[in-house]
Amino acid sequence: MSTLVALARAQAFEAGRAQPIATVRHLHVHDRPFVLIPLAMAGEANAPLAAMVGTVASEPRLLVVSQPRNRDERFAFAAELAGQLVPYLESFAGETEAVPVDRGRDVRYRFVDAPQVWVPNSGGVDFLRLLGRSTRFRRVDGDYPVPPSVPLLGRWLTFLAGSAEMPGSALFPTTVQALMLHWATGQSGAEDNHLGSLLAWIESGAEAAREAERGPVAGPATDPDFDNHVLTPLIADADPGLPKVLHDLLLPTWAGMWRALDLLRGLPPGARVASRWDGDRDAYSAYVQHLAEDGAPQPRRDGAVAAAARLQRLENAAARYAVQRAFDDPLVMAEYRLAGAAFGGVVTLAAPDRVDDTGKRPVLRPRIMVATTETVRVEAGATLTSPARPAQKAKVISVTATATGYDVLLELSGGMGRKLVAEPGSVPSVGETLLLTTLSEAYRPGAAFPEPADTPWTHGGPPTEP
Amino acid sequence: MNQLDRLRGSTPAKRHNARTIAALTGNPGCSRRAVLDAAGVDKVALASRIGFPGNFGQSRFALARGNAFEAMLKADDCALLRSVLDVGVVGYHDLGADSDDTLGARHERTRGLLASATSALIDHPLLTLEVGGQTVFLEPDLIAFQSEGRLRVVEIKSFAIVDGQADSAAVSSAAVQAAVYVLALRALLGEDRVSHEVVLVCPANFSLQPVAVVLDVRKQLSTLRRQLSRLSSVSSLISSFPPSVSFDLALSPSTLIESLSLVDARYAPECLSSCEMSVYCREEASGATAALGRSVRESLGGIEEVSVALDLARGAVAPAPDQAEAAALLRQAARLRAEALS
Repeated sequence: MSTLVALARAQAFEAGRAQPIATVRHLHVHDRPFVLIPLAMAGEANAPLAAMVGTVASEPRLLVVSQPRNRDERFAFAAELAGQLVPYLESFAGETEAVPVDRGRDVRYRFVDAPQVWVPNSGGVDFLRLLGRSTRFRRVDGDYPVPPSVPLLGRWLTFLAGSAEMPGSALFPTTVQALMLHWATGQSGAEDNHLGSLLAWIESGAEAAREAERGPVAGPATDPDFDNHVLTPLIADADPGLPKVLHDLLLPTWAGMWRALDLLRGLPPGARVASRWDGDRDAYSAYVQHLAEDGAPQPRRDGAVAAAARLQRLENAAARYAVQRAFDDPLVMAEYRLAGAAFGGVVTLAAPDRVDDTGKRPVLRPRIMVATTETVRVEAGATLTSPARPAQKAKVISVTATATGYDVLLELSGGMGRKLVAEPGSVPSVGETLLLTTLSEAYRPGAAFPEPADTPWTHGGPPTEP
Repeated sequence: MNQLDRLRGSTPAKRHNARTIAALTGNPGCSRRAVLDAAGVDKVALASRIGFPGNFGQSRFALARGNAFEAMLKADDCALLRSVLDVGVVGYHDLGADSDDTLGARHERTRGLLASATSALIDHPLLTLEVGGQTVFLEPDLIAFQSEGRLRVVEIKSFAIVDGQADSAAVSSAAVQAAVYVLALRALLGEDRVSHEVVLVCPANFSLQPVAVVLDVRKQLSTLRRQLSRLSSVSSLISSFPPSVSFDLALSPSTLIESLSLVDARYAPECLSSCEMSVYCREEASGATAALGRSVRESLGGIEEVSVALDLARGAVAPAPDQAEAAALLRQAARLRAEALS
């Protein structure tokens, strides 16, 4: 945890209220999200007990399994859930837009919007990933046939669970993580995992949060006391009162999740949130196409090549997400300033028309001097960028210690137009406050991976199964 | 009546099991837990007596499934268990159910059976282990498989292994518990007769079909040994207590809290999921940076108190010499945070 977030936690403890740790919203919040609260039967391997689902806050829909150990009822539940979720997921596969690829030489299409499914916490994601695993291979014919919607639900859930691992993706967010990204409470991260408690810290304060701890859990695990005293007799007697009890249990979480959505909508979106949502729409469009063309379920385990490629995509996404959040949000950037990976300063000298003519062609290379009072942990030769001018690179020529801090001499390139005279405003002028960082949004090319058939023996050799 | 019995008072002692011994390794710096466990104090009752009850029940559904899975494996003279372990035709000896008055006899029978080195599945053996200078009986819910003079611990758990993967928290706690049994068996029979590889029998995927996997618990064994050797100092710690310290549940809550305050706890948020006293300790630790998480304390430069950290960040107090570095960091952090939020 960064020192700034730790400090915010300390401040939240003192104030008795959650403190902001972001000045902008770092994730896309859909206008028509699908909220899904799964509830599991204790002890069983992925036995659903109930789910509260819907796209409208005032219209929660409860799905209940009255005998969770009965496998037929389990798949009936899956079919019912599919009846709610799959039409929502498919409803965005309509209008498309053209996206230029390969520097405008070609064009591809993606859907103008994508679905967004909210669950309360990461336990919910894990539960639905397993539900996807248990349903996506089911056969619609043979000995134990299931309705065709069941394996389709499994594929969609697996797709969503996969996207939940992708840093910065907003297709399958959890309320707890979304709130923790923007607010720090005066309790530990472990305690923040209780949605009711976390929300109470933000909405009303420390005392209400302690009260909320004793309130209903947000699933998917139920409270053992509830299991032993309430649920056991209801299930044993096949009591018709079961749906009412589960409805009352889930309703506070349902209401809390919609309030959390409103809280998040109240924050202004970060400048790069929309571009990450574009990536989500790409992923959604590609998966819709996959289902339309081939529709094969995701494998149980990735092969060596696919796993390596996926790992690299995840790493790139994590790095890009961290940089984008810092560029969008001065409060996140402050963490990098504290660590010495960024510094703020004032331009004291500027030579905007400097031309370097030592090479074959003269090139525009303005120089500026930035005076800072912050710690500078960069050396001559390093390349910096400024969030205000992301297309411009600033090469460090020298760093000189002064009485109040450091003078950093920088040589600029890029983002100034094509002429030998810089476009107005593209070179920082004397007196301008500037933030410079070693973080870079530059494109990272993917590594080359072999074809699955050429998997080296170090990684198990070519896969034997098709 | 020894010192430990006096600490506990009139109530019968809670016996150790693998779970309580495993929990000792979770937060080894906590003297409070070590003392209460050594004295066999009923921590659930103590916590609710002083008004800080925790929530450590186990769901009846989870118990039922665990029992059903075990019963299925042991049905027909352990037919299914034999086939999943692939042990062929060997004897099966059940040493009997949990009961206080047969402890000595069961331990003798366990010792005899294990020493005889015949190939067999041995259920419910009663073992002993030296914990904090005390010899405690262990009621392992396990089967020891003996073959050619070597013993292997077989642990039956009801969490599912899906596509070769299981919940990591469940697996690691199972591994630590199995390591406790290995340690106790080695204490009885000697180092080289008990394998450091234990067999975990779990349901595969979404069925009740069992699958056996082998876990290497050498790492857990060395951790346990280190913790247990540390615990031997508990006896000397207890003898240093003033005579007023007692956890007799018949005493008033305020007296009990007074006694508790004389035994140092090391609270961390992780305690909430494993220790019965955690709700009280959390209340007690309120205002400490560690109560916000170990990483928070480290990020605040190791400052112990939230109020001190904030005062240093504001520049309201002059830092002590050993706080100078932390104070500079905190002031810089506070300045950056204020600038970004303005």
